[in-house]
Amino acid sequence: MPRFLLTRAGSGLVVLLLVCLFTFVVFFALSPDPAVQICGKNCTPAVIDQIRGNLGLDQPFWTQFAQFVAGIFVGRTYGDGAGAVHCAAPCLGYSFQSSQAVWDMIVQRLPVSATIAVGAAVLWLLAGLLGGLLSAVKEGTFLDRFTTGLTLTSMSIPNYVLALVLQYVLVVQLRWLPFPQAVRFADDPGQWFASFVMPWIVLAVGYAAAYTRLTRANVLDVLRENYVRTAHAKGLPPSLVWRRHALRPALTPVVTIFGMDFAGLLGGALITETVFGINGVGKMAADSIARNDQPVIMGVTLLAGFLVVVGNVVVDVVYTAIDPRVRVNA
Amino acid sequence: MTLLEVRDLTVTFPTPRGPLDAVRSLDLDLEPGGALGIVGESGSGKSMTSLAIMGLLPRAARRTGSVRLTGQDLATLSEAELRRVRGDRVAMVFQDPLSSLNPYYTVGLQIEEAYRAHRPGTTRRVARRVAVEALERVHIRDAARRVHHYPHQFSGGMRQRVMIAMALCTEPELLIADEPTTALDVTVQAQILDLLQEIRRETGTGLVLITHDLAVVSEVTEHLVVMKDGRCVERGTVEQVFTDPRHPYTRALLAAVPRIDDEIGELRAVRATDPTTDPTTDGARA
Amino acid sequence: MTSPTDLTTAQPVEAGTDDTPQAPAAAAAGAPRAGGGGTWHALRRDAGAMLSLGYVVLVTLAAVLAPVLTAVSGWTPYAFDQSAIDPNLGGMPIGPWGGVSAEHWLGVEPGSGRDIFARIVYGARVSMAIALSATALTTVLGVSLGLVAGYFGGRVDLVISRVMDFLMAFPALIFMIAVLSALPASNRSALLVVVISVFGWPYLARIVRGQTMSLAQREFVEAARAAGAGGTRIVFREILPNLRSTIIVMATLAVPGYIGTEAGLSFLGVGVVPPAPSWGQMIAASVKWYAVDPAYFVFPGACLFLLVLSFTVLGDRLRAVVDAQEGR
Repeated sequence: MPRFLLTRAGSGLVVLLLVCLFTFVVFFALSPDPAVQICGKNCTPAVIDQIRGNLGLDQPFWTQFAQFVAGIFVGRTYGDGAGAVHCAAPCLGYSFQSSQAVWDMIVQRLPVSATIAVGAAVLWLLAGLLGGLLSAVKEGTFLDRFTTGLTLTSMSIPNYVLALVLQYVLVVQLRWLPFPQAVRFADDPGQWFASFVMPWIVLAVGYAAAYTRLTRANVLDVLRENYVRTAHAKGLPPSLVWRRHALRPALTPVVTIFGMDFAGLLGGALITETVFGINGVGKMAADSIARNDQPVIMGVTLLAGFLVVVGNVVVDVVYTAIDPRVRVNA
Repeated sequence: MTLLEVRDLTVTFPTPRGPLDAVRSLDLDLEPGGALGIVGESGSGKSMTSLAIMGLLPRAARRTGSVRLTGQDLATLSEAELRRVRGDRVAMVFQDPLSSLNPYYTVGLQIEEAYRAHRPGTTRRVARRVAVEALERVHIRDAARRVHHYPHQFSGGMRQRVMIAMALCTEPELLIADEPTTALDVTVQAQILDLLQEIRRETGTGLVLITHDLAVVSEVTEHLVVMKDGRCVERGTVEQVFTDPRHPYTRALLAAVPRIDDEIGELRAVRATDPTTDPTTDGARA
Repeated sequence: MTSPTDLTTAQPVEAGTDDTPQAPAAAAAGAPRAGGGGTWHALRRDAGAMLSLGYVVLVTLAAVLAPVLTAVSGWTPYAFDQSAIDPNLGGMPIGPWGGVSAEHWLGVEPGSGRDIFARIVYGARVSMAIALSATALTTVLGVSLGLVAGYFGGRVDLVISRVMDFLMAFPALIFMIAVLSALPASNRSALLVVVISVFGWPYLARIVRGQTMSLAQREFVEAARAAGAGGTRIVFREILPNLRSTIIVMATLAVPGYIGTEAGLSFLGVGVVPPAPSWGQMIAASVKWYAVDPAYFVFPGACLFLLVLSFTVLGDRLRAVVDAQEGR
């Protein structure tokens, strides 16, 4: 098993390096010259050259890439002399527009994004698993058809449209909720909940629908399995057949999907945070796109890549723990 | 008293084109400790018969007629009472041992739960000992260690031994084996049939063996019933049916069974043991 | 376990006509299936599917006929109408429902006074064109790479599978945003199609690959091979036709995803470049106004939601019908 984990972590690292390279190529080869942007309007070729030199932009591609990767591990210093800025490890780049290291900008906003992500995940797991189970148990009934219709609708509503509808109805018209703000739980739990409940719902709805469908399909599949018939043939009480022989096999695949979805949440957070104006990592990325602050976009992309790769590895590890077939074969 | 007495058993499924009889007024009799073979090709209703006896038919199915176990009509029992019969007095072994065992649990746990379901208050320790003994009885070596293993860690034949151990751990009066050897290699098939014979001799368990393969039946049972399209087309002792088949369908099935005195027996034996061809259906069409 | 359908099919199927995957299903249905006629017949009885199809057709017509429609309504999507907005109220549309009137059927944009109806029908053009092109490109890529990987196997399969794994384990949305924000704004539509397809094809290819692998073992492929047919011929003449329903279902289900992706990217400002109208972009612009002018997000939002829903329902029903026909 340790060997399996090592190989898995190793391939994760390779993917991460590829993500890094891919991202770097895109920004290196395709984007407009960052030096020109930093320089601003009153610019002379001499100044641009100087900025290029400071940033190492006059170096060959591989040198720049190596500097970037090295910066992640040991930090780096941009420029020299009085104008030099230090970017401590892990250095994902430096935003000259906001005069801050990208990593610091991310760290400041991560708690807010994590709050949204975790709350949404709890919500969609509860709704998805319960909805799917109920739908499967009551297969073919009105409740089942209603749930199916609801999941199709929920999957189809773009989350920013839902966000605007909720905000208009609950905040503007009914005044049941305040405008979302990044309140800390410790400061005011009630306000904290009122602020985050809409983002949670908006982020969770699509996933909840997908999980409902997945759970329903899995449970129905497992109930058709021969080993469930064996369990009945052994005379086990129905509750035990369900608990032990139907639910565990049906819900195990959900773990895999959940790990990946959770790791990939940053994409959804981008839109949710923007619509609600909550200043998390997602909104920071969206703002950076508007300002064309490339180091930040690149940093967030790398963070997203990192989360997905780590999420994959974690899922594989968890899976070996819960599925005996994988455990022994590896 | 008769161990199993089935009278006028009919199983009907509703279909878009009207009701379809999977089993039609079938009678079966089995003395305690006896062995009965039910032979037929797929779709002949033989599997539905076994599920009907166990009370495990799909929800859509309608069942009429009576199934008596030592005189008691199982159709009159409530689901809870039926559950006490299933796995305790009547146990079942299915065709595909890999899919019939839950991949998520050790074979030990799966045997233990079968035992504990019918012996309330049994401690895990006692149940574990029962599981080890059950595995030993079906000749699984190193049983004390093997109870901790998962189904995929066993070979096909070994898995079927586990299924048989699981069925026998409660010492049932009747064992229904539905195509127990079909998914297995030929050599392993013979071993499993030997095991079933041995268990029958030693424990006195009644056996209903369901198969498409007349050769399998002839090795294990004394009586047999041939089914086609849900009906019994022929019944009798194995000797009677083999020497003097009445129904053309039985003759067709017999033509596919290899015989030593047959001139082309060797040729047919090859065909019958080739896992890619289904000897009975070939014979039926010929 | 023998199911009731197995009982009825046992006889006819064993008669040796099992040369195409449809054969058992056709036998089970009691009549041979004539092409896609059976599918269409089953869908026609489904009210949800028909309503969805109706809406899709409606939007498609609106998109195609956008110039005609705006000629009738009298406003182009780019024309500013200062008379429809109230400068004293910060450019709020005059009249209820965001300025709905005989002049402006769905009201006007706050601030600019551009006609929302015109922008929605032209936006439908953009949405449909991008989503359908992306679907077409994804399907071509996914099907051909999936076929090649599944049929030829070996090293080709290894390379294609690795690339698929890599792309699927990638933070696609964030990366699309990064790529699109880094690239110059010219010809965004084509870029959107390419970027969406690059990350989209593995999902189809994986399924095509799996099905090709199992089809390649079937008797009719063996027969073609024995008859001396070459690899390309077998792949396109024997295997591809059998994947038809899978491909149609997958493509139908991909469309709503791509409509949503395009709208989402435009919403974030990395999609279709203004002044060209797009639904996502309209909704993004409405965020500033939603509290005072809800009609501004309701109209494009509803159009978008219904279009995605229609394609989703259509794909879902199509899959159910095809699954039932193939006797799953």
